[in-house]
Amino acid sequence: MDTIHPQKIAQGGPLVRFADVTKSYGDLTVLDRLNLDIEQNEMVSIIGPSGSGKTTVLRVLMTLETINDGVIYVDGEPLTHMPKGTGLEFASEKYLRDRRSKIGMVFQQFNLFPHMTALQNCVEAPMKVLGLSRDQAEDRALDLLKLVGMEEKKDHHPSRLSGGQQQRVAIARALAMRPKVMLLDEVTSALDPEVIGEVLNVIRSLNSEHSLTMIMVTHQMGFAREISDRVCFFYEGKIAEQGTPDQLFDDPQNERTKQFLHAVLDAN
Amino acid sequence: MMEWRWDFTFEILPRMLWATGNTLLAAGVGYLIAVVVGLVLMLGQRTPSRIINVLVREAVEFIRSTPLLVQLFFVFFVAPQFGIKLSAWNSAMLTIGLHFGTYLSEVYRGALEGVPKGQWEACRALNFSTAYTYRRVVLPQAFPIALPGMGNYLVGIFKETPLLATIGVAELMHTANALGAETYRYLEPYTMVGFIFLIISLPTAMGLRRLEAAVSRAQGNTHL
Amino acid sequence: MSYWEFLAEYLPKLASGALMTIGVMICATLLAAAISILFGLMRLSRNWAFQGPATVYIEFFRGTSLLVQLYWIYYVLPLMGLTLTPFVSGVLALGLNFGAYGAEIVRGGIQSVPRGQWEAARALNLSVSQQMRSIIIPQTFPIVLPPVANLTVELLKATALVALISAVDLMFVAKQINATTWLSAQTFGTALLIYYVMARIALIPFLRWLEVLAARKVGKA
Repeated sequence: MDTIHPQKIAQGGPLVRFADVTKSYGDLTVLDRLNLDIEQNEMVSIIGPSGSGKTTVLRVLMTLETINDGVIYVDGEPLTHMPKGTGLEFASEKYLRDRRSKIGMVFQQFNLFPHMTALQNCVEAPMKVLGLSRDQAEDRALDLLKLVGMEEKKDHHPSRLSGGQQQRVAIARALAMRPKVMLLDEVTSALDPEVIGEVLNVIRSLNSEHSLTMIMVTHQMGFAREISDRVCFFYEGKIAEQGTPDQLFDDPQNERTKQFLHAVLDAN
Repeated sequence: MMEWRWDFTFEILPRMLWATGNTLLAAGVGYLIAVVVGLVLMLGQRTPSRIINVLVREAVEFIRSTPLLVQLFFVFFVAPQFGIKLSAWNSAMLTIGLHFGTYLSEVYRGALEGVPKGQWEACRALNFSTAYTYRRVVLPQAFPIALPGMGNYLVGIFKETPLLATIGVAELMHTANALGAETYRYLEPYTMVGFIFLIISLPTAMGLRRLEAAVSRAQGNTHL
Repeated sequence: MSYWEFLAEYLPKLASGALMTIGVMICATLLAAAISILFGLMRLSRNWAFQGPATVYIEFFRGTSLLVQLYWIYYVLPLMGLTLTPFVSGVLALGLNFGAYGAEIVRGGIQSVPRGQWEAARALNLSVSQQMRSIIIPQTFPIVLPPVANLTVELLKATALVALISAVDLMFVAKQINATTWLSAQTFGTALLIYYVMARIALIPFLRWLEVLAARKVGKA
């Protein structure tokens, strides 16, 4: 393989950059030379049919999976790779650990730790990873649980919380690490219809009041349209079309986008 | 330091192999008895009489939570006390059958309970007789659930057979003890016993796992 | 001799044997627990230098018979210059044997923790050892305890084998009394009852209590 040379990303440039990122499982290519920039404070929604690589974008950015080719940059420096001489090589676990805290993720299945209360869920990593004292970590966690409206349930275990409540705790848990980018992976897909609203409200307030950089994979077209600065339509591991919500939903150019939106909107 | 002697190994090999035959026979016969006893003990806990069910349940618990070795001695020595002549072989088969029968009864019970309630309800809704329900619907589904447990206890019984040496059944361990006593060499006989156990139980366990997978596939259960 | 006279005369002896049984059991359980955790984790390693030896160990000790292992340790090791007392030999054989079974329980327990838990822990940037210690291992307790309870009862029963290398446990004392009195029904019957009491009235309730405790810890009870 040729030496990969790092790109220079200017101050105030994109917070996240996917540069020719390829991810495949055997013969199956899930991300096909993906190029995507996410600006500071931008809210980007990713939509598309299942199997189009949407979730993989988040998973490789969270470093839950390794990529096969290309480089992902976060905050001006390579994330998936580390410098070696004048080029780059795949990042070691130690290198990743120094940088991964800039990224936070909320999962479709919440993945709260069942043996810990809501508060403990939010305190564990800030203490262990960021080195906060228990008091500092609890103060921070309580503020965040208040933000998501879960302050009163702080001593409950996940098994005693509804899906919507669990997901709100999971958002607080991710925020407690003060990430620069938040990844939201189909965060309402596992929820009963009547509790979806409470989770969307939390995301809405994060977006309007805290201007966090967010990348959201979602099936909630209405919500994506309402909240996003930009919407990317994924098809077969690539961005088939992207633009402002109005552009993409009202005036799609790509044939695939039209078909997809038709199918989804008809179903509703 | 004692050296391994190959000439001695080959000298005792015929006797060891003959004893291996006895070990396999003991395990096989013991297993067959246990399979039947297990069925009886399982049915004994599902009779219309609550008293019988509780008594059988307690007996199963007692046998399951006490050592096979002590039970072996109990059966072997107590029978003559009451004037019953029971050979070492018969005592051994009786004890193994009873002891592992209790384990197998649990396997059967778990397998029957593993068939979803909805299956019974569907059969009731189709007005099948109880016998037909068991034969055509419940047992075919319970069998693959029972199979891993049944396989484990076949290997389990095999590995417990060395205990039979203590009451004089001429299986592998007994033969190794005798050879040791005759020749004052223990290294080869005991090591060979271990080796023989390994080369029989490893492939058996592997074969059972294959069988399980095959039965499971035949049942249309592809996600196993 | 009535059964009460028999008990008056021999129960103290049987009780002292039972104490030895308990001692063997506790030591062997501790050894088996340490081996289970060590080899269970090694078995899960992706590194062959760890996984290989663990697999060989587990298959070897599960593939051969406990009594064979016990005799080998007690009768063959001295030929190689390592002489162990019956007690140590017994504890060693039981610990090594049950550790192999326990390792498989540990492995299964860790594997049964959903993948999402690992991913969430990784997304929070916990190190691998922190993920293990604070997220994964605590969740395995309620999963592994029921099979561990079964295995512990099996271990208690298996301690009777140490009588065969003349450790003076309950079984050994029973054999001695039987050899002098030929009151086999009383002797072995009483021994069986004592084993039953140890298992059903002491050990199993204790293990159930641990299970409840573990379930409460994960907020399930």
